[in-house]
Amino acid sequence: MRGFLKGFSGTLGSVLVTLFGLTVVTFLIGRVMPVDPVIAAVGDNAPQSVVEQTRIAMGLDKPLPVQFADYLWQLLHGNLGMSILTKNPVTHDIAHYFPATFELATYALILSMLIGVPLGVWAAVRQGTVTDQVIRIVCFAGHSIPVFLLALISLIVFYKALGIAPGPGRQGIIYDGMVPVQTGLLTIDSLLAGDTGAFWDAVAHLTQPVCILAYFSMAYVARMTRAFMIDALKGEFVITARAKGLPLRSVIWAHAFPTVAVQLVTVLALTYAGLLEGAVVTETVFAWPGLGQYLTTALLNADMNPVVGATLLIGVIYVGLNLLADLLYRLLDPRVR
Amino acid sequence: MFARLSNWLLDEAPSSRRQANWANRYRIWLALKHNPLGMMGLVIVLLFVFMAVAAPLLATHNPAAQNLDLRLAPPSAEYWLGTDELGRDIYSRIIYGSRVTLGMVVSVVIIVAPIGLAIGAIAGFFGGIVDKALMRITDVFLAFPRLILALAFVAALTPGIESAILAIALTAWPPYARLARADTLTVRNSDFIAAYRLTGGSNWRIVFRHIAPLCMPNMIVRVTLDMSSIIITAASLGFLGMGAQPPSPEWGAMIATAKRFIFDQWWVAAAPGAAIFIVSLAFNFLGDALHDVLDPKGD
Amino acid sequence: MLVNIENLRIGFPTRTGGLSEAVKGVSLHLGQEKLGIVGESGSGKSLTARALLKLLPPQAQVTADAISFDGIDILAASERGMRQIRGKRAGFILQDPKYSLNPVKTIGSQVAESWRFHKGGSRHEAREAAIDLLDKVQIRNPREVSKSYPHEVSGGMGQRVMIAMMLAPDPELLIADEPTSALDATVQAEIMRLIDELVSERGMGLILISHDLPLVSHFCDRVAVMYAGHIVEELQASELAHAKHPYTRGLLNCMPSLIHPRDELPVLKRDPEWLKS
Repeated sequence: MRGFLKGFSGTLGSVLVTLFGLTVVTFLIGRVMPVDPVIAAVGDNAPQSVVEQTRIAMGLDKPLPVQFADYLWQLLHGNLGMSILTKNPVTHDIAHYFPATFELATYALILSMLIGVPLGVWAAVRQGTVTDQVIRIVCFAGHSIPVFLLALISLIVFYKALGIAPGPGRQGIIYDGMVPVQTGLLTIDSLLAGDTGAFWDAVAHLTQPVCILAYFSMAYVARMTRAFMIDALKGEFVITARAKGLPLRSVIWAHAFPTVAVQLVTVLALTYAGLLEGAVVTETVFAWPGLGQYLTTALLNADMNPVVGATLLIGVIYVGLNLLADLLYRLLDPRVR
Repeated sequence: MFARLSNWLLDEAPSSRRQANWANRYRIWLALKHNPLGMMGLVIVLLFVFMAVAAPLLATHNPAAQNLDLRLAPPSAEYWLGTDELGRDIYSRIIYGSRVTLGMVVSVVIIVAPIGLAIGAIAGFFGGIVDKALMRITDVFLAFPRLILALAFVAALTPGIESAILAIALTAWPPYARLARADTLTVRNSDFIAAYRLTGGSNWRIVFRHIAPLCMPNMIVRVTLDMSSIIITAASLGFLGMGAQPPSPEWGAMIATAKRFIFDQWWVAAAPGAAIFIVSLAFNFLGDALHDVLDPKGD
Repeated sequence: MLVNIENLRIGFPTRTGGLSEAVKGVSLHLGQEKLGIVGESGSGKSLTARALLKLLPPQAQVTADAISFDGIDILAASERGMRQIRGKRAGFILQDPKYSLNPVKTIGSQVAESWRFHKGGSRHEAREAAIDLLDKVQIRNPREVSKSYPHEVSGGMGQRVMIAMMLAPDPELLIADEPTSALDATVQAEIMRLIDELVSERGMGLILISHDLPLVSHFCDRVAVMYAGHIVEELQASELAHAKHPYTRGLLNCMPSLIHPRDELPVLKRDPEWLKS
C-alpha cells in the first residue's frame, strides 16, 4: 500500500505540472490572437477613450506575466471570462453545452468497447487468417475515413434515402423544451420525467452520431486489443491453461483476457479523449447543441474566451482520465498493487 | 544480370557496408512484396504523388474556371466527376487538390520529424532534469486531442493553409519525441556509444551522428502511419473552415461547401470524400506493412 | 501401453517457403514407468512432448505413423477429444512458474479451476480441494498461499503450485518439461523428489524432459537421448555407464566427478555423422 501511495503521488505530481502547462498553453493561445480582444468587445466604431478604458478594465495593459497570474487566479475561482457571442460567462455556457457532448461521447465509448474488444480478441485468436485480415481492413477504414464524411454519408443514406433515421439535432420539434433539465442528459432526464416518448425520440436522435463516433473509436480499441491479446496469447500460462484441458473459450476469456484487461483501461481513457475530438466534428454535421458546436461557432467568430475555455476543459478531462486510468491500473493489477 | 544482382543482394556475407545496406533494403522490399495490402497502399501512394506532380497534365479543365451555366452538373463525358456550385470541373479540382494535401502533409512532416527526433534524442541521451523538463512539455501537448489544439491554434493565428500546417505541426511532434526518446534509451548505454565516447567524441556529435540515425526506421514507420491522421486533421480543419480557404481546391474545404446541397447533389461531396478516404487508407496500409517488415518482433 | 509414438516428424515453415524439421522421426513407447528424455536445447525433446498433447503452435506441421495415448489416436483426435486427455489423464508441468502461472489470478483459484473443471462440484468444494492439494505438495499454510498471486511466491513454491494444479484431476501420466531448470540448485532436488514421490505413490507414468543427464538417470527407469531431432540412444538408466553412442558418452564425460577428478573437462566434439540415421 505504501508503494502504491508513493507511485501514485509521483503520478499526481507530474499531473499537476502538466495541468500548469495546459494553462500556460491555453493562456498563450488566448493572447496571440489576430483580432484585438478589446475591439472585439467594444466594436470597431468605439471612440479611442472607450477602447483604452476597456483595455484597462480587461487587464490587457499589464505585462504578460501579470496577465497570466490574473488568468490563473480567475481560473482557480472557476472564471473563464465572458463570451462575446452569447454574452454569458463561459463557465455557464460550458455547463449548458457540455452534457450533450458528454451523452454523445459516453454512449459512443460504451458501444465501441462492446464491439471493439471482442473484435480485437477475435482477430488476435484468428491471427493471420482471413477473419483477421477482414477485421484489420474494417479497422483501417475506421481510421482512414474522416468522421464528418461518415456523418454526411449516414445522413444521406439513413435520413434522406431510406428515411429511417431522424434528421439533425438532439430531439424532435415536438419534444423541444418539453423535458425538464436535471442532468442535462436527455435520455436520463426524459426517463426521470417519465416521458417515454421523449426518451425514444432522444434515443433515435442519438443513434446516428453515436454509431459514427463508435465506429471511429472502435477501430482504435480493436487494434489495441488485438495487439495486447497477441502478446498475451504467446504467454506460457496460456499453454498451462490449455494443458489443464480448458476449452478455448475459457483459455481466452478466463486466462488471456484478464491479463490485458488492465491495459485496456488506459486505452479507454485515450479513446474517450479521441471521442471528444470526433464529437466536435460530428456535432457540426448533426447540428448537435454540444461543446463542439459551441467551440466551432466561437472559432469562426474569433470569440477567444470560449475557445480557450473549451480547449482547457478538454485538456483537463484528458489529464483527469489518464490519472483515473493510472489509479485503476494500480488498484486492479495484482502485479503492481 | 538480374540473377547476379539478386545474388549480390542476398549474399549472406556482404563484403562492404554498401552491399549490406542495399541487401537490407532489398530484403525489406522482398518482404513488402509479399504483403498485398502494403503493396496496394504503396501503389496508391505513388499514384497520389504522381497526381500531385503531374496535375497540369492530368487535369482536363482549369480548376478555377467557372461556368455558371453548368452549375452542379452530374458526371458526364465532358465533366467526368460533375461540376460544383460555381460550375468548376470537380475532377480537375480533385487533381489539383492533391497538391494542396501533399504539400500540407510534406510540410508538416518536414517540420515535425526533425524537431521530434531532436527533442527525443536529447531527452533520452542527457537524461536527468533535461529529460524531465522536455517530457513534461511533451505531456502538455499530448494532453489535447490533436484536432482541438490545432483548431485553437488556427483560431489564434488566422485561418489558412500556413496556419493549419503550423498548427498541425505543433500538435504532431510529441509522439515523435516519445518514440525517439525510447529508441535513444535503448542504445544510449550500448558498447559502441561507449567506445565512441572513449575516442573523444562530443555529446552533441554522438546524439546527431550516431543516435539519431538509429531512430530513423521507427520514425519512418511512424511518419507513414501518421500521414493518414495528418491528412484527416487537415481535411477536418478545411471542413470546419479553419484550414485551406475557398477557392482553394482542398478536399476538406470542397466537402464543406458541398455540404449545403448534399441531399440533392451528393456527388459534389462524394469525389473529395473518396479521395481523402482512399489516400489515407493507402498510407495506413503501407505504414502497417512497413511496421511488420521493419519490426519482425510482431509476427 | 500408455503412450506410443511412431516416426514422429515436426516441421516449421521457414520465411523462404521451405520447411525446417525440428523432430525427424522419433519413436517412443511408455508404460507405467518413468522415462527421461535428455538432450540439449533445440534437440526437439520439448516439441515431442507437446505433440503428444497437441499443444504445438498452429504453424507446426506434425506427421507420424502413430501417436496414441492409452489407445486413443491423438493425430485424429478433435480439440474436444483432446480436452478429455489434457489435464484429466495427462498433466503437463512447464519450466518456469514465473511465466507458466497466470499472473493475475490467485494461486488457489488456478488450482481450484483445474479440480473443478474435471471433477465438478461447487466453488466451495473446489476451493477446499485446492487447499488440500497445496498441502499435499508440502506447502506450509496452504490457506494463506492459496490467496496470494504467483509473483508473490518463490520459484520453488510456484513449481509446487504447478504440480498441485496438474495432479488435481488425478491423471495417469505426468509430463514434466524441464521442471527444475528455472529453479535454484538447492530447490531443484526437493522438487524432483516431490514429483518422484507423488508419481510413485499414485502409480503414474512420467515423462521427464531435461538437459541434465545425471538428474534424469537418477529419477527415471529409462533414458532416451535426443540429438538434433533424432533419438540417438535409448537405454535403461542403470546401464548408462555402458552407453554406446559417442554423443551420450560425450555428455557423460563432460560431467565433473568427485571419484575421478580431472584438471580439465573435455569439450564435446560433434560429428556430422550423428545427424544422419
